[in-house]
Amino acid sequence: MRPRRGAGFAAGVAFTGLVAVFLIFPVFLSVLAGVTANYQRGVFASGVTLAWVERVLDLYAHTIGLSLGLALATLACTLVLGVPVAYALARNPGRLARLAEEALVMPVAIPGIATGLALILAWGAVGGFRTHWTFILVGHVLFTLPFMVRATLAVMLAVNLPTLEEAARSLGAGFLARFRTVVLPNAAPGILAGSLMVVTLSLGEFNMTSDAAHAVHHDPAGRACRLLRLDAARDRLGLHARLPGPARSPPRRSAMGIRPRLRP
Amino acid sequence: MGRDRLALALLAAPAIAFLAAFFLLPLALMLRTGATGPDGWATYVLVLGNPRYLASLWKTVALAAAVTAATLVVSGIAGVFLARNRFRGRRVLTAFLTLPLAFPGVVIGFMVILLAGRQGVIGELTMAVAGERLVFAYSLAGLFVGYLYFSIPRTVLTVMAAAEKLDPALEEAARSLGASPWAVVRDVILPGLKGAFLAAGAICFATAMGAFGTAFTLATRIDVLPMVIYAEFTVGANIAVAAALSFLLGAITWVVLAAARTAAGGTVAAAG
Repeated sequence: MRPRRGAGFAAGVAFTGLVAVFLIFPVFLSVLAGVTANYQRGVFASGVTLAWVERVLDLYAHTIGLSLGLALATLACTLVLGVPVAYALARNPGRLARLAEEALVMPVAIPGIATGLALILAWGAVGGFRTHWTFILVGHVLFTLPFMVRATLAVMLAVNLPTLEEAARSLGAGFLARFRTVVLPNAAPGILAGSLMVVTLSLGEFNMTSDAAHAVHHDPAGRACRLLRLDAARDRLGLHARLPGPARSPPRRSAMGIRPRLRP
Repeated sequence: MGRDRLALALLAAPAIAFLAAFFLLPLALMLRTGATGPDGWATYVLVLGNPRYLASLWKTVALAAAVTAATLVVSGIAGVFLARNRFRGRRVLTAFLTLPLAFPGVVIGFMVILLAGRQGVIGELTMAVAGERLVFAYSLAGLFVGYLYFSIPRTVLTVMAAAEKLDPALEEAARSLGASPWAVVRDVILPGLKGAFLAAGAICFATAMGAFGTAFTLATRIDVLPMVIYAEFTVGANIAVAAALSFLLGAITWVVLAAARTAAGGTVAAAG
């Protein structure tokens, strides 16, 4: 049946369209700012350039690499920790399992800043752990693990695993053989969805590591944030006009080891 | 069967051990650290009695509640509309509404500056129209816009999924019995989506309570609770107070989520 389309439909399209504009326009603005030769003068006056993109790749290729490496390491950890526990939860309907499930998703409910501070208080003084990259890895794994467990568990519960496993068992398959040939292939869509979520969240995650001042220097996302924040502070104070142009000032390093400005 | 049980326990052990070592133990230590200041366990009471912390706490709760309410209204309308209607461009609209799902708070803070900062588009527009530059990126309003930006995509997805499952025949029946459009929304659609709204709203509230990246990018002057905790810990080196505040922030957020889950019947975490 073709629905009637009156004023209500038009209003719906208009409203949804406005929301879409609200969400997409800033993305467009950021891309535009990224290719504008001189942001202070505007894109029309100064023209379009890829120089900034080149410059970022040049200066931050290492940082971007670190972020990707961290995300992949996080993914590996969540796969190793999350998939087996999801399977154990799917097979176990008991109260203990529900309690474990509740504890596993709790990091999502507790704000990252609280979890991060708790991590520093508990493990910050243990050897060189706090300044090691694995400290940041722990934070990322903690925050992304619930998503892996949730996605995998949902699919495992939906495919009726016990029946499939019963069939395999009656044909003589042992535990490992069943896990490898029945459980993993059937849970694959959930594992894939969880993996995508984990990598996306890990690449963007900052909360977890932002609590320690040092993390701002050691975590790639933290460093990128520091730069954005310097830009924000300049904008807030209206300093743009007084900044020297690109020709006269090559990027300097400040006392904190951070280039003062990405966009001269 | 006995061997299976053992195998299952072994499979669950690494994740449980990880969680115990890096989440439960740290949280317990943080609870204790909150009591290591000169005031001992009374720190928790004193923090709640301190006008500055209390004001910050209320500001954070009010901001999170306002963001949640606005997000639910906007995503509720857009989500139900997209789930109920088929038209050209629907897929593009849906993609646009869910694209910013993966943006970190820091980047969203940057986008708020591009919109409402000193050189922002809104400033330029109001300058051209009214001759005065409207700059609100560095106030609570800027934070509100940023959190709204980041909450809408997550909520729209949940609402759409729930609305797809809602039987259109119910609305048809209500309409054929003479219900006005508003009555259909109030008596059929809203009750049908109650679970989704509670689930999405709880996650939205929790995120807005603890979101730090956006506030961190925009300004240090917006004293929402996460910023206060950060300042106490790094600048003030006031570790006991920072720990007590963090614990309270975590506890409040968790209680709200648990309450919403009880009301919705166990579907809240699934929305995360």
